[in-house]
Amino acid sequence: MDFLFDAQWWTQPLGTWMAWTRATAAFFIFIAAAITTMGLVERAYPGGSPRRGIFAIDTTRGDRLFITLLGSAFIFLGWLFFFGTPLWWPLVICLIWGAFVFLFV
Amino acid sequence: MNKPVNQKAWFFVLPVLLLVAFNAIVPLMTVVNYSVQETFGNNEFFWSGVIWFEELMRNPRFHDSLGRQFTFTLTILAIEIPLGVIIALAMPRKGIWVSVCLVLMALPLLIPWNVVGAMWNIFALPEIGLLGKTLNTLGFDYNYTRQTGAAWFTLITMDVWHWTSLVVLLSYAGLVSIPDAYYQAARIDGASPWAIFRYIQLPKMKRVLTIAILLRFMDSFNIYTEPLVLTGGGPGNSTTLLSIDLAKKALGEFDLGPAAAMSLIYFLVILLTSWIFYTLMMRNEEQ
Repeated sequence: MDFLFDAQWWTQPLGTWMAWTRATAAFFIFIAAAITTMGLVERAYPGGSPRRGIFAIDTTRGDRLFITLLGSAFIFLGWLFFFGTPLWWPLVICLIWGAFVFLFV
Repeated sequence: MNKPVNQKAWFFVLPVLLLVAFNAIVPLMTVVNYSVQETFGNNEFFWSGVIWFEELMRNPRFHDSLGRQFTFTLTILAIEIPLGVIIALAMPRKGIWVSVCLVLMALPLLIPWNVVGAMWNIFALPEIGLLGKTLNTLGFDYNYTRQTGAAWFTLITMDVWHWTSLVVLLSYAGLVSIPDAYYQAARIDGASPWAIFRYIQLPKMKRVLTIAILLRFMDSFNIYTEPLVLTGGGPGNSTTLLSIDLAKKALGEFDLGPAAAMSLIYFLVILLTSWIFYTLMMRNEEQ
């Protein structure tokens, strides 16, 4: 399992079509997995659990995922603007942001 | 009652899904892949991490074109939406003039974008163009190829001329759908024209106006052809909007990595703004 900690393994090109790397593939697998999870949760608890959270907007589970992901993108961009790399701290902030959105928004 | 469940219908969606996959999803994913790599052509890529995003977020050239883009979009929205509503209110509701007005309004929308740019380019030329020559004869020092203010004036006037019609047509559709009973009730109550507009027409137009604002926001934020043909982004960089800057980077300088990063930030800004706007409009809708 050493290769998981090998930056080279993650970032080397995988062929030329669409210029894939394992890192970007992992990103899309994460997004796809998040959407699939939403589908599975919806199947188990139908209705989307709508509610009006602390921002006074109506959200369903899917909306909350969307807000989490979009917000995370801007958290990373904001961090790059103010502090630059590395991005471990904004990752932590994004996780907190995600938890906050799913619990209260 | 048990409804019959037939999942076969999903197969009919497959062709569209394939089409969307190849014209939207695959390119978008490719852009994400490009945005973290560097290429020197020859379809060879080298990992560069988030360096393009970091560079862009701190790049004054990007800030400037983003600022110009917002200035442009907010200005045209501030002009086109009220103007479109006013024109729609002034249009006849019955009789032969309805069709005439609708056709006249639809005409600018039918003209291809590059033709609009070329038309205004010639129309505004200071030596031979009707607009440019007239303004100069009247004593205004007007030359959109040299003056930033004149270039912006021409650009915004062109967009207003081209797209206000869309707002007019949508608002008009909203207006004619209001039943007469509302107006009768207003007359009985002795409501002023302003009160009729504020409490009957405006609320009834809200949905179409939401669509109009969203469409105009997204379209004007993506505008490329018209300013490119009209001013080419000049004088200097003064009308280089985001998309022109992006095309310069991607096609002119062939910097695929930075251009991809820029596209993604561009995409995120549009997504965020549209989402905020839509959420706000829909929240008021329910209250």
